[in-house]
This record gives sequence, C-alpha cells and structure tokens, in this order.
Amino acid sequence: MAKEIIQVKNLKVHYPIRSGFWNRITDYVRAVDDVSITINEGETYGLIGESGSGKSTTGKAIVGVEQVTSGQIIYKGVDITKAKNRRRLNYNKDVQMIFQDSMSSLNPRKRIEDIIAEPIRNFENLTTDQERDRVQELLDIVGMPSDAIYKFPHEFSGGQRQRIGVARAVATKPRLIVADEPTSALDLSVQAQVLNFMKHIQQQYNIAYLFISHDLGVVKHMSENLAIMHRGRLVEIGSRKDIYKHPMHIYTKRLLSAIPVVDVEHREENKKHRQEVEQEFRNDQGKWYDKSGRVFPLQQVSGDHWVALPKDEVEQEELKEKGRD
Amino acid sequence: MEKQSDLLLDIQHLHTAYRLQGKFYDAADDINITLKRDEILSVVGESGCGKSTIAASIIGLYDHKNTKVTGDILYNELNLVGLNEALFDKIRGNKIGMIFQDPLASLNPLMRVGDQVAETLYYHTDMNEKERHSRVIELFNQVGMPKPEETYAMYPFELSGGLRQRIVIAMAIACKPEIIIADEPTTALDVTIQAQILDLLEDIQRQSHSGIILITHDLGVVAETADQVAVMYAGQIVEKADVKTIFEHPLHPYTRSLLNSMPQSEDEEEDLHVIQGTVPSLQNMPHEGDRFAARIPWIPESAHEKEPVMHEVEPNHWVRCTCWKTFHFQDKVSGD
Repeated sequence: MAKEIIQVKNLKVHYPIRSGFWNRITDYVRAVDDVSITINEGETYGLIGESGSGKSTTGKAIVGVEQVTSGQIIYKGVDITKAKNRRRLNYNKDVQMIFQDSMSSLNPRKRIEDIIAEPIRNFENLTTDQERDRVQELLDIVGMPSDAIYKFPHEFSGGQRQRIGVARAVATKPRLIVADEPTSALDLSVQAQVLNFMKHIQQQYNIAYLFISHDLGVVKHMSENLAIMHRGRLVEIGSRKDIYKHPMHIYTKRLLSAIPVVDVEHREENKKHRQEVEQEFRNDQGKWYDKSGRVFPLQQVSGDHWVALPKDEVEQEELKEKGRD
Repeated sequence: MEKQSDLLLDIQHLHTAYRLQGKFYDAADDINITLKRDEILSVVGESGCGKSTIAASIIGLYDHKNTKVTGDILYNELNLVGLNEALFDKIRGNKIGMIFQDPLASLNPLMRVGDQVAETLYYHTDMNEKERHSRVIELFNQVGMPKPEETYAMYPFELSGGLRQRIVIAMAIACKPEIIIADEPTTALDVTIQAQILDLLEDIQRQSHSGIILITHDLGVVAETADQVAVMYAGQIVEKADVKTIFEHPLHPYTRSLLNSMPQSEDEEEDLHVIQGTVPSLQNMPHEGDRFAARIPWIPESAHEKEPVMHEVEPNHWVRCTCWKTFHFQDKVSGD
C-alpha cells in the first residue's frame, strides 16, 4: 500500500447567499459538501465532474486558496486549512497548481525566466546564475528550447504555454500538483504531448497529481484512482477498473455512456444504450438522490470502491451486476 | 412540389485568403466538398487548420476588405461566392442556418431569447406577430426546452449553457433551412449535454431532411454523428471518405497520427503518440510539397509528391499526396 500524501476529511466549502432587506445570510451554496479523498504519494488521483460540480473548488481548497467552511485537510499529520500551519510546513512549496487557461495564468508582462523563477525565489535563496541554471533545467524537462527564457508568454503556442505552466509548477520540487483541467483548452496532438510530459515528470520526481477534469478519456489514461463528483458531493470513488468496468451509480453510468466513442460499427447501439441510461437517470431520481436532491453518503462496495447509495440499493445493484456477469 | 436535387452544396476549388500585413495568405486552400440532403458532413481538424474559414466562406460572414474568396460555392446553381449582399441576406439565416460555438457570445444579452428567435422569422417570413410567437413556442418544443412559454421571456444569462445552445439551434432552424452549418456546437458544453445536443441535431435532420456541416475537432463526436468526413490539415483537406473508412482504414499519415494520439486505448501505461513539431502559421505555410512532410521527417522526401493533390484511392475515398503508401510510425519517438 502506497503512503498517503494528503488526506481530505469531510471538506465543506459553502458560499453564503445574502438577500432580504438586511442583506442577511438566507442560505448557502454548497459548492463542496462533505468530500473526503486520500491521495497517495506519487500517484495520480482523478477528480471528475461536470461544470459546477465543485471539482475546481475542491482543488483550490487543497492548494489553500479557498476559504474552507469546515473539514480538515491533513498533510504531514497537520491540518493545513489553517494558514498558520501552511506557513510552518512550507506547504505552498510542496503543493503547486497547474491551471486550465495558460494565457491568463502567466503574467503577460514577465519573461519566461521570471515566471518560472518566481516560485523558486519565494522559497530558496539562489544566486542569479544558479537560478538561471534551474530555469534552464526546468525548461529542458518540458522539452522547451533554451532561448525560451527571454521570451514573453504571447510568443508561444497554447501547448507550449501549458508546458511552461507545468515547468513553473515543478520548480519548487513539490510533492503534490493540483492540475485543474490542464489540457481541456488544447488540441489533441498537443494534449498528448503535455500529458506525456506530466507523466514523465511524475516518474522522475515522484510527484502526486490531483488531476481535475471533465474528460473521462484523459482521466482514464492518467489516473489509478478516481472520484466522481456531482452537486458538490462525491458520487462514486474507486480504482480505474472499478469505475470504468463496474460503475454502480447512475450518474457515473450516465457520464461514461455520454463519452463519444470512436466506434463507428456500434454507434447506433451506443446511442441506444446512452438514451436508456439517460431515461433511467430521469425516471428514478428518488432512487439515486435523497428528498432534497442531494447525493447520498458513500457506502463501501468492495475494497476501495465506494458509491453514494443507500445500503439496500447497493446490495441490489451488486446482485444486478452479478447477474450480468 | 418540385423535385429537389439531392445535392445541396457543391464547393469547388475554394480558396479563402486573409490579408495579413498587406499580403494575402490562403487559410483554406483548394477545398472541394459536396453536401447532400440527409447527410452530416464533418470537417475535422485542429485549431488553425481552416475549418471555420470554410464555414465563414459558405455563409459569407467575413471581412470583405481583407478577405479574398475565389472558387465556387454552388447552392442550387447559385454561386455564393461574390453574391451581392441583398441576395445573400435572403439566403443567410433562411436557407442556410448557422450554429456557433459559444452560445453566450452569439446571443444578444439585452434581448429576450424568444424575441431573438422571432427576429429571424420577422426578416425571412411574412408572419404576423402572433404567428411568430406561436412558431417560436413550436420551435422551443422541438429543441426540447422544458418550459417554452416561460423561456420566451427570459434573457440569455438566465439559462444554462445547454439551454442557450438549444436557443441558438432554434434560431438556426427557425426558417427550416436546407443547410445547417454547426461550428463546434458542443465544444463549450459538458459531455452529457453534448450528447443531448448531438442527438437533437440528428433528430432535426431526420425531420427536415436538411444537410448538416458539422465542424469539430473532437474525433469522438465525428465517429458518433457524421456520415462523410473531411480531415483538414494546414488549410487543406488531406483525407475525405465516409465515416467508417476514416476510422477503420485511415490512410493519410495525419489522420492516422491524430487517431493514435487519442487517449482512449486500453494500454494506459504507454505514452500517447505525439506528432512532432507544430502546425506552421499562416505566414510560414510552405507553398511547395506536402505540408505534413515536416511533421514526419523520417519519411524520405521521395515518398512525397512535389505538388500533392487528392487521389481517389478507392471509390469515394480521397487522400492527398502519395506518402501514405510508404508511411509507417516511428518506432521510438525521441525527445520532443
């Protein structure tokens, strides 16, 4: 069993809704509601969800840029939701982030050298020459030419910029990188390049990734374990095999069936299957969600596989699954 | 009713050039495609390959000062290239509908969505206000809006992305166009919504027997919806065939590389296939030889044609250049 690097326990991020004459808090938006995940050292953990499911908020909370309402994030035995603990542990050196939009996450008025060196300057005291060597080394890792350090972000293509983003995230030798949709703005062949670099870096430096994405194909390629999020809660967690081969929750099935498959031969059957799942999802809301439309708490199915269903439903689903096999 | 021919759109030798720093550069270079009734033609390629340029050329939405369009776009024996604006206004939105990528950007934020759809009817039909209103409600029902009457009076910001795209589709099909051009209609949407929108497009087509040009970069979407596929690279079509052929027997190196770089295979531990180098920019586009040659340098120059043209390899399967005959993937991709 791999050693865990970070443990998220019952994480909640609620935003207040203010209304009325006194502008009092009348309700909350439960962006993240009771999410618990464990990420192991050197592995990629996939977090999947549609827009508005709270996946990015979870990622931000782990990096420490989002105010947490309640819950704990345990790193090295300490709860880092408190800023004081983050500072003491140098947490922000060990946990870095890669953003979706490479254009808006790189300062357009800084040269690549300064962009990549900035996190190094925050945590280490290096001479100018040492610093330049480090930047060169980092650019080398992501396959960028050495003259890139004198250029500005706008001089690069989207894929190259995203690689610069990766280099910046790796600069402080972090142990966990939160990658928030790192390739969703990229073309297919460029995406392949960035994903390959991310994998190589992981093997080289033993970095854990929290890979946030809506693209189930990419997540399947990258992660060993994954969690599916919906309406701020986890719907299903498990290993890649559990989720892709034996999905239990209707929402997971729905997501999986909606991915366009490159299989022209069976496309009519795929479409039919997709519409059946969609129908099931629509008709039996009460079975899959509680009275207020929220996702049920997670129940263990087997080993690492957990699903958000009431206990008797889990058993029923298991029986159905067995009958199918 | 007169008998209509099956051929809706016949594009021949289309060149679309944009002026950049005083010079014209071909963004779409010698495009030959046809669209038939009841057919979904998918134009697929990466960003900057010229696929949206084709859409803009067909529907005449380009900057006339800085764009030069030559060739023929024949719609019912009417050439859309160089057609005068007054005539074009009668066709655009009426006979040819367009669906854009970003539904929020293609809707007027200050106008109720129902009125926006009705506006199309105002310009292209002689319906009175009441008729227009009921037609809009009918359209909203057709595109699967949950509460058509209430939605009529809503503003775009009040709707979700999927619903907004439905509004845009309702607008595009308001006048029962024969041709629908959908430029990345689902790129901004979630997968489950994407599936719904694609199903909707197919349903609309089945009912109205129109032809759809579906422009996308997502090979999965192509495999699920298209009948005919044109693969584009650097402004040219490199391969053209029916959807089954494209995915089961792709021939052109670019098509094969692209399919190979999809993260979907079972061997998750392996590296994804990377196409070496980058797409040349418009100004640096090589004018001689195969444009894809620079991306596959291990293939000897002799394998390429000097002036690559489209060859009909099998019936209805066109491939540019002859390099596919000797093409093989590199064993081990080193470095970048």
